[in-house]
Amino acid sequence: MYVAVKGGEAAINNAHQLLADRRRADRSVPAMHLEQIIGQLGLGVDRIMAEGSLYDCDLAALAFKQARGDMIEAIFLLRAYRTTLPRFGYSNPIDTGKMLIERRISATYKDLPGGQLLGPTFDYTHRLLDPELMQDLPVDPPKTREAETGQAPRVSEILAQEGLIENDGDLPDDHQTGDLTRQPTEFPMSRDVRLQALSRGDEGFLLALGYSTQRGFARSHPFAGEIRIGEVDVEIDVPELGFAINLGRIRVTECQMVNQFSGSATSPPQFTRGYGLVFGQSERKAMAMALVDRSLRARELGEDITAPAQDEEFVISHSDNVQATGFVEHLKLPHYVDFQAELELVRRMRAEHDRNRPDGNAGETPNDKLEAAE
Amino acid sequence: MNKHSELAVYNFAYLDEQTKRMIRRAILKAIAIPGYQVPFASREMPMPYGWGTGGVQVTASILGPDDTLKVIDQGADDTTNAVSIRAFFQKVAHVAVTTQTAQATIIQTRHRIPEETLTDNQVLVYQVPIPEPLRFLEPRETETRKMHALEEYGLMHVKLYEDIARNGHIATTYAYPVKVEGRYVMDPSPTPKFDNPKMHRSQALQLFGAGREKRIYAIPPYTDVVSLDFEDHPFEVQQFEEPCALCAASGVYLDEVVLDDRGGRMFVCSDTDYCEKRRDNGHRGRLNGETAGAVK
Repeated sequence: MYVAVKGGEAAINNAHQLLADRRRADRSVPAMHLEQIIGQLGLGVDRIMAEGSLYDCDLAALAFKQARGDMIEAIFLLRAYRTTLPRFGYSNPIDTGKMLIERRISATYKDLPGGQLLGPTFDYTHRLLDPELMQDLPVDPPKTREAETGQAPRVSEILAQEGLIENDGDLPDDHQTGDLTRQPTEFPMSRDVRLQALSRGDEGFLLALGYSTQRGFARSHPFAGEIRIGEVDVEIDVPELGFAINLGRIRVTECQMVNQFSGSATSPPQFTRGYGLVFGQSERKAMAMALVDRSLRARELGEDITAPAQDEEFVISHSDNVQATGFVEHLKLPHYVDFQAELELVRRMRAEHDRNRPDGNAGETPNDKLEAAE
Repeated sequence: MNKHSELAVYNFAYLDEQTKRMIRRAILKAIAIPGYQVPFASREMPMPYGWGTGGVQVTASILGPDDTLKVIDQGADDTTNAVSIRAFFQKVAHVAVTTQTAQATIIQTRHRIPEETLTDNQVLVYQVPIPEPLRFLEPRETETRKMHALEEYGLMHVKLYEDIARNGHIATTYAYPVKVEGRYVMDPSPTPKFDNPKMHRSQALQLFGAGREKRIYAIPPYTDVVSLDFEDHPFEVQQFEEPCALCAASGVYLDEVVLDDRGGRMFVCSDTDYCEKRRDNGHRGRLNGETAGAVK
């Protein structure tokens, strides 16, 4: 007798076993250690932490390994773990002004207090494949010097002294910072929640949207006011103690876009801001985020909304790659109940169509028509 | 080492108690306003969005240690995703599971309502991909929420009317919109419209979870659920021309199974438990007599 899809359980188990085999691959080649992944594939680990919204190199590296290098799968693994963690409290806002800077550049000033620091960047490498990397040759230690003790004020602060740039957002004193992961999404969003969504949003999606604004779909004349990468302290207020205690340091990338703005009915001509902040080292993502943040402020600034990157519901509803991949890939699940309903309808409609044809071909049997319907 | 063992610890039914409380509140609100989509702070689950995360969160929040769980997909207990979700709850909640509709206290389903009439000690949990019945008429959530608030459902009726004008009948065969308790137009999830009448005044509580879209809605027991239609074009369900080839049941929803490449096909019950029970009771279909061995 016909056995529909029996044996699903055994098939699933076998598939998982095969997957584990493929992940480990050639057993004569040593397995990767997490330290190797964290150390040598660090930017991949950073992206997993950023879009997984969990700052933990070990877990991100584990996810990367478990996912066989599939970024979105690794991000998904980390998110599914993160969501089970109890929430003890919210840290104070990090102060990127006090960042221990490893890289800091401004495209708007030739020189500025604190200087320009290139740091570990691909920017001026020639993209020539390096065959030497196929062997494990010694690598020279980097050149170091004493860190400068002076302040490195953010470029936006320099512009703000002259009143040339808008204030850094105004929120009522009683505003409680939203939490994207603990509150239902509702539109329109406040900027804090929107920035959270962008910060964990898919790098590729934000890159494309940011790019679209540069090509004229809601052009916002951006300048990379400043990009800085480095470590910042995370502090949390403990009510019993009455002061903030330090939880540790995280590495972040911050981008402040400065955008030309000719003024509108509601705002005077001045520079406006687009903001990007991402876990780890990811300039591309931080810059794209800043471009998209700025274009999503169209409603607030009274600009015409004409392009996809300005449309909050469009951007935020589709920026989460874990959601997107799940729903796209769910098409793999069986849909034969619905398909059966559609088959029945198409057959009926085709039969009606044939009956109504003036030159109705009487010779055709209903069975022929059935076949044609598929 | 310690870290590894800590990772493996999960709360009963996976979700932490705070999250369950938040979801239960959303469920209570949904029951209080039948058919209204309640936003909730949906969590990431260890299965992908679009694969039943909403239903799983609802089930996890209402599941107790004494419950008996049944999970079906396309009406069957042994489709891969149903197997996977059932295994998940066995693992994280150690609850009893069953394939028998009558024995289950909670039934999580995708795309079907069991053929057997449900009772007042059962809860049916639907997995919902797109909870908004107006979504394909109006893509914006801000707009559709307004339309629900104003009970502005003209657009839906125009769509159904255009179907009739163009095709002679309503061309929606699954996810067929219903009106709940005379107020909210609701998406019954992509069940075939064949199942719509089963929702009407059902004794069982019906809960709908949409994880990716972060919405929960409900039909309390004995609630009016009416499929949208017109006086001169009344709602009607699919009819099958032949009975189940295995158990000879008629008046049930059937799956079409292609047998060969020459147009041979058979129709069998989509509800596998219903079909098995009938066969156990001695019902025999066309392909389940002495020819049984020939058809694999």
